[in-house]
Amino acid sequence: MPMTTVADPPRPLGSTMRRDRWWIQPVMIVVALTLFGIYAVIRVIINKDYAITAGGAHLESPFFSPDLPGILSFHTSLPWAFLVLWSPLGLRSSCYYYRKSYYRSFFLAPPSCAVAGAARRKYTGETKFPLVLNNLHRIFFYFAAIVIGFLWYDAIRGLFYHGSFGIGIGNLIMFVNVICLSAFTFGCNSWRHIIGGKLNCFSCSTAAQKRHSAWQKVSILNRSHMQWAWISMFTVWFTDVYIWLVSAGVFSDPHHVF
Amino acid sequence: MSETIDLAHAPGPRKLQIWRGDLTSGELVEYELETEPGMVVLDAVLEIQRSQAPDLAVRWNCKAAKCGSCSAEVNGRPRLMCKTRLDHLPADQPITVEPMRAFPLIRDLVTDVSWNYRVNKQITPFTPRENLKPGVEVNAKGEFLIDQTDTDRMSEFRKCIECFMCQDVCHVLRDHRLHDRYYGPRFMMRMASLDMHPLDGVDRLDQIADEGGIGLCNITKCCTEVCPEGIHITDNAIIPMKERVVDQRHDPVLKLLHRTPNKGRIKPPPRSETPRL
Repeated sequence: MPMTTVADPPRPLGSTMRRDRWWIQPVMIVVALTLFGIYAVIRVIINKDYAITAGGAHLESPFFSPDLPGILSFHTSLPWAFLVLWSPLGLRSSCYYYRKSYYRSFFLAPPSCAVAGAARRKYTGETKFPLVLNNLHRIFFYFAAIVIGFLWYDAIRGLFYHGSFGIGIGNLIMFVNVICLSAFTFGCNSWRHIIGGKLNCFSCSTAAQKRHSAWQKVSILNRSHMQWAWISMFTVWFTDVYIWLVSAGVFSDPHHVF
Repeated sequence: MSETIDLAHAPGPRKLQIWRGDLTSGELVEYELETEPGMVVLDAVLEIQRSQAPDLAVRWNCKAAKCGSCSAEVNGRPRLMCKTRLDHLPADQPITVEPMRAFPLIRDLVTDVSWNYRVNKQITPFTPRENLKPGVEVNAKGEFLIDQTDTDRMSEFRKCIECFMCQDVCHVLRDHRLHDRYYGPRFMMRMASLDMHPLDGVDRLDQIADEGGIGLCNITKCCTEVCPEGIHITDNAIIPMKERVVDQRHDPVLKLLHRTPNKGRIKPPPRSETPRL
């Protein structure tokens, strides 16, 4: 079995001496991200049944928040949700964890550790267009954080049925979703940098000490960034499916108004 | 990158396929030996060297996972041979032991890792700021004073034993052979350690971005996966440095506000060479 040396050409894709099933993870990621992407696009194009309003409820799907037609008073059958969705989708597609996932799974660069990647004449990493745009991750973060604010508003507003406090399965689902989305968004590596990681001295001033404390808390979330990425993607999907089904009249949302 | 522990097959005869050869030619040669419970790959290789192949070249030193000498690729994965137990490897097939692929082979399991030392020389070492505050940052004896909170973040990087397995597994070096354009994870980590130092007075961000080539890293985290010291190389060193480069070069808001990182730090002297493999 020949050994690769400096003079050797790149090894063919998938070449490795590993014996484990290293390909399972990339395959699962391709399947999951593709399915979610297709679902998100189709859902936004369908553009209906995205809010539960029966019985004074006001539960909004996370794909359609904030409700721009309601806020800005316009009516359209066009998929307006893309006007908002670019920011959370941009956040995810430039997120350091998702970058790892799609570079491995879609770009095969490399498909797994110590496995030869797709042969490319000239590898440029993230130095050239379009991948250099991943450096704008923090810009997507700023906008996505605003969307998270709207989702919290939606979750709290959903507790009031015709002005009376109530709680139901839909409310719980919305709160779980927004908590998971917040854990993902505010565990972001860019946020970790901005909140305190960029400082060279954590102890030099009271403000720096406070930022160090915030940096430590964000670091706790950041340690599970991958888990929050997947959990929150699932909760967004599940919340939308639940609201879609209830809104379309497949079943009703069990709730109690006090 | 974990494999199941196969305790039932721990002792007994095992087969090892060890790479034998040099830069011009070579092959995997199979050896069989009797193993004992708790044996590590380095034990097996040294036993083969003692009893069957006295000319087998292998680099090792401490046998305690602290010197970083015995890095190799065991069953296709970069590992320290002294830290890899045989009973953690599948018992139903031979164990392959190869040298690191990212560096030129000298002979058998020994590679020439001197490129790493040449890269290291290109990095300006710790240089204290000129305006250190007396009594706060430096005492009367000239000793540096640093708060524990500031050293905690950097001390993780000091655990590095320079086994260079992170360099070996990095596909930028391993597959794309861009040794003249990317310093590799180990040295991104060293530069992160210096850039985060509160008393340091050198701005290395241009070097990190240009000669260091941090943009070539696509953060697939293989360096973190193989690190025997469990250092979070990607999350705690490379990504923070990428973010600092974004501060300096890409963030439109910071550009508008004329906020640049490492203000007051001096540029390092020109580097003497581009390290080539």
